Amino acid sequence: MSSATSLSVDKRDIVALEGVTKRFPGVVANDSVDLAIRPGEVHVLLGENGAGKSTLIGMLSGLQQPDEGRILVDGEPIAITSPRHALALGIGTVFQHVMLVPTLTVAQNLLLGGPWWQRPKTEELEARVAEITRALGITVKLHAKVSELSLGEQQQVEILRAMVRNSRLLILDESTSMLTPKGIDELGALMRRLVEQGLAIVFITHKLKEAAAFGDRISVLKLGRKVGEIPPERFRALGEQAIVSEIVELMFGKQKDDPEASERPVRTIHAGAAPLLQVHELAVAPTDDAPGLLSISFDIRPGELLGIAGIDGNGQKQLAEALAGQRATVSGSVRLQGTPIEALSVGERRERGLRYLTDDRLGEGTVGTFPVSINFFLKQVGAAPFWRNGVEQRAEIDKRAAQLVREYDVRTPSLKTPVARLSGGNIQKVLLARELAEGAKVVIFNKPTYGLDLANTLASRQRIRNTAARGLAVLLISTDLEELLSMCDRIAVISNGSLVGTVENVGDARSKIGRLMIGLAA
Amino acid sequence: MTGLFSEVFLSALLFGAVTAAIPLLLAGLGEQMSEKAGVLNIGIEGMMLAGAYLGFVGAFYSGSLWLGFLTGAGGGIAVALVMALLCVRIGLNQIVIGIALTLGLEGLTALLHHFQFSRSYPRLPAVDVTVIPLLSGIPVIGLALFRQHLIVYLAVALVFAMGYIYRRTQLGLNLQAAGDKPAALDVAGIDVARTRTIAVLTTGALAGLGGAFLANVGAGLFIPFITNGAGFLGIVLAMLARGRPVWVLFGALLFGVCLSLTTAMQVAGINIPTDVIQMLPFLAVMIMLVLFGRRASLPAALGIPYERGVR
Repeated sequence: MSSATSLSVDKRDIVALEGVTKRFPGVVANDSVDLAIRPGEVHVLLGENGAGKSTLIGMLSGLQQPDEGRILVDGEPIAITSPRHALALGIGTVFQHVMLVPTLTVAQNLLLGGPWWQRPKTEELEARVAEITRALGITVKLHAKVSELSLGEQQQVEILRAMVRNSRLLILDESTSMLTPKGIDELGALMRRLVEQGLAIVFITHKLKEAAAFGDRISVLKLGRKVGEIPPERFRALGEQAIVSEIVELMFGKQKDDPEASERPVRTIHAGAAPLLQVHELAVAPTDDAPGLLSISFDIRPGELLGIAGIDGNGQKQLAEALAGQRATVSGSVRLQGTPIEALSVGERRERGLRYLTDDRLGEGTVGTFPVSINFFLKQVGAAPFWRNGVEQRAEIDKRAAQLVREYDVRTPSLKTPVARLSGGNIQKVLLARELAEGAKVVIFNKPTYGLDLANTLASRQRIRNTAARGLAVLLISTDLEELLSMCDRIAVISNGSLVGTVENVGDARSKIGRLMIGLAA
Repeated sequence: MTGLFSEVFLSALLFGAVTAAIPLLLAGLGEQMSEKAGVLNIGIEGMMLAGAYLGFVGAFYSGSLWLGFLTGAGGGIAVALVMALLCVRIGLNQIVIGIALTLGLEGLTALLHHFQFSRSYPRLPAVDVTVIPLLSGIPVIGLALFRQHLIVYLAVALVFAMGYIYRRTQLGLNLQAAGDKPAALDVAGIDVARTRTIAVLTTGALAGLGGAFLANVGAGLFIPFITNGAGFLGIVLAMLARGRPVWVLFGALLFGVCLSLTTAMQVAGINIPTDVIQMLPFLAVMIMLVLFGRRASLPAALGIPYERGVR
C-alpha cells in the first residue's frame, strides 16, 4: 500500500475515482476528485448546491465523461460510455428528478430496456420483484400507473428497478429532497437493509442531519473539490452531534454547533403603530385539489414578522395567492395601510406595495428561458424606464440588473444567462431582488428557503430579517418550524384552511405551536 | 335517378369512402407512431408525395402493382431517412424540417413528373379486387367493403397489428417512453435516437405506401400535388386518436366519406359546386378539432429533440 498522494486502490472497492476532473464552460464542476466506493457501505456525498455532486453522478452513470482522471470498476480502469454501459457494470442510479414514464405502469417501467423485438417478460419480472420486495420489506403496486403514485412510492420503484437489474452500486441523487419526513425515515431504513445485503450505496444530500443519520462514510465536496472524508471507523466513534460539527468544520471552515440555529435578535415593535396589513374574515372556496380558506383574520404592523406555521397543504399557498390577488376570494377584506385592496388586481396590489415571493421559483416566479436581466423586471414589463413606447430599453435594463446582481450577490455567468440555468439559491436571489425593489410595504414569503442549501438559506433569512427591520410588514409562510421560531415575532398556525391560533414567539412558543399543529388548544 | 338514398348512390359513396380512407389511414397510423415516440412528423405530406410518385413509376414500368407499393414505401422511407437524420440525430427543429421536406417534395415530384409524363399522362389499368365470399353478397355494404384490393384488407389488419405492438410489445413500451419521458428510456439503457428513428422510418414506409395507394389504386395515375393534404389530415387523425390505432381507422373512414361525397353526388345526379364539396373534409377537420381537440392528449416530449443530460 502506498501512502503517496494518490489514492491507493483497494481490492474491496467496487468503484474508485482517481483525480477525476470535469469542466464546463466557465466552471470546473469537479476538480481532481478521489473517491472509493465499497460494498456494505452508505457513502454520503455531502455538499451544497453547485458543489459538483450531480456532475460526479453524471460521470458514474455514464451521462458524462471525465476530462481528466480515471474511473476504476473492480480495480480496472474503464470508461463508462453510456447509461446502458453503467447498468451493465452494475451501477444503478436513482436521479434527483424521477426517471419513470408517468403514462406507463410500474411493471412497464421496470420492463423498459429489454431488446425491442422481444415481448415483455411480465411473469419473470413479477417473480423477481416479489423476491426483492420480500427481502426488503416493501410493497410495490406493480400494475398502478406511475402518475398515480406518490413521490416516495416512485422513488421506491426506482430503487427496485436498480435491484431488478442486479445493481451492485446504487446511487441516490438528492433522493430526500422531494420526500416527507416519514418518507425520508423510510428511505433511511431501506438503505440500511440494502447495504446489509452487501450493496454499495452512494447517497447524495446537502442536509447534514441525513448525512449523519444514514451514512457510514462521508465525503464532503465544496466548489468541485473534495475537502474531506470521514471514514466508517471514525464515523462510529463519533456521536451524531460530533459528526455534524466536524462536517460543518469541513464545509465552512468554522466551528458551529448547529449552523441553522441563530439567536433571534430582540426587536421592538411599536404596538401602537397602525397595522400595515389587515386581513379580516378572508375566505376562499375549496377546489378539487386544495382546501379553501375559512375566515382568516390577522394584522401585521410595520417592522413585524408574522409567521404562518402548519403542515404543508393546509391552505398556505391559497392564503398567499389570495392576498397577492392571484386567487379569487369569496368574502372578507384585505386592507393595506387602511385602504381596502381586495377588489384590486395583482398588478395594482403590487403597485401599492404588496409583494409576493412565490415558492414555485421556476414555474411561477421566473421565465426560465429568459435572461437573468429581464427576469428582474418581469412584473414591470412595459413600464418606464425599462420600456419606452413598447420598446425594450436594453441599456437601462442591463444597468439596473447589473446593480441588482451585485447588491443581491446573484452568482450568474452573465446577465444574458437564462435564469433556469442558475442554482435554486441564485434564482431565489433574483426573486428577492425583484420583489423587495422600490415601493415594497408588505412582503409575503412562501417557503423562502425550501430546497436551498445552507449558505443560501442563511442569506435568505438575513434578507427577510432586514426587510422587517426596514419597517416593512412581513408574512413568512414556512413548513420549517425552526425557521419560524428563529425569525418571527408572532406565529399563527394554519390547519385545514383556518388559523387555529396565534402565539407570541417567546418562552415556550415551540410547544404551544406544536400542540396547535396537532390539533390541541394552545 | 332514384334519389340520394338509392342503393347505387350509397354503394358508390361507401366504396369511394373506403378508397379515400386508406391513404389517410396509413398516414394516420404512421404519424401516430412518430408522435408516440415524440417526433412531430410534418414531413409526412412529403413522404406521401414521394411514395405516390415512386409508387406510380414503379408500377408503371414494372407492370406490377405490388412492386409499385414497394417502391412507394421505399420512397417514403428515403424521405423519412432525411427527417430522421436531421431531426432525430442532429436534433434540428422538427416543424421547420417537416415543412421544408413537404415543400421540397411537392416541387421535386411535380418537376420529375413534368419531365417524364407531361405529354402522355399515362394511366394504370384498373386494379384487381379480392372478393370476399359471402360477405360481398350483402347489398350496398358488400359491394363497397368486400370487393377491394387486397392491400385494403391488409391496411385494416395493420390497425390491429399496431394496437398489439403498442400494448403488448417491448417496442411499444420503448416508443411510448421515447415520447413521454425520453430521459427515462435513456437511463434504462435504450438508445432514444434509435427508437425514434425506427418510428420515423416506419412512418415513412406507411406514408409512402399510402401515397402509392392514392396514385395507383385511387387515381390510377400520378398528378402533381396528388396528395392534396392527405398527410396533413393524417396528422390531425393521429392527434385526435390519442394514441389508439382504432380511432385512426374511424377518423379515416369519416374523412373518407366526406372526400367521396364529390363523386357520389355526381353519380346521384346532384349538382353542388365541387369546390364546396371539396371543402367538406377540411370543414370536418375543424369541427372535429373543436369538438375533440381539447381532449387530444399528446406525448409530453412531442416535438422536442432529445439531448442527454439536459433537463
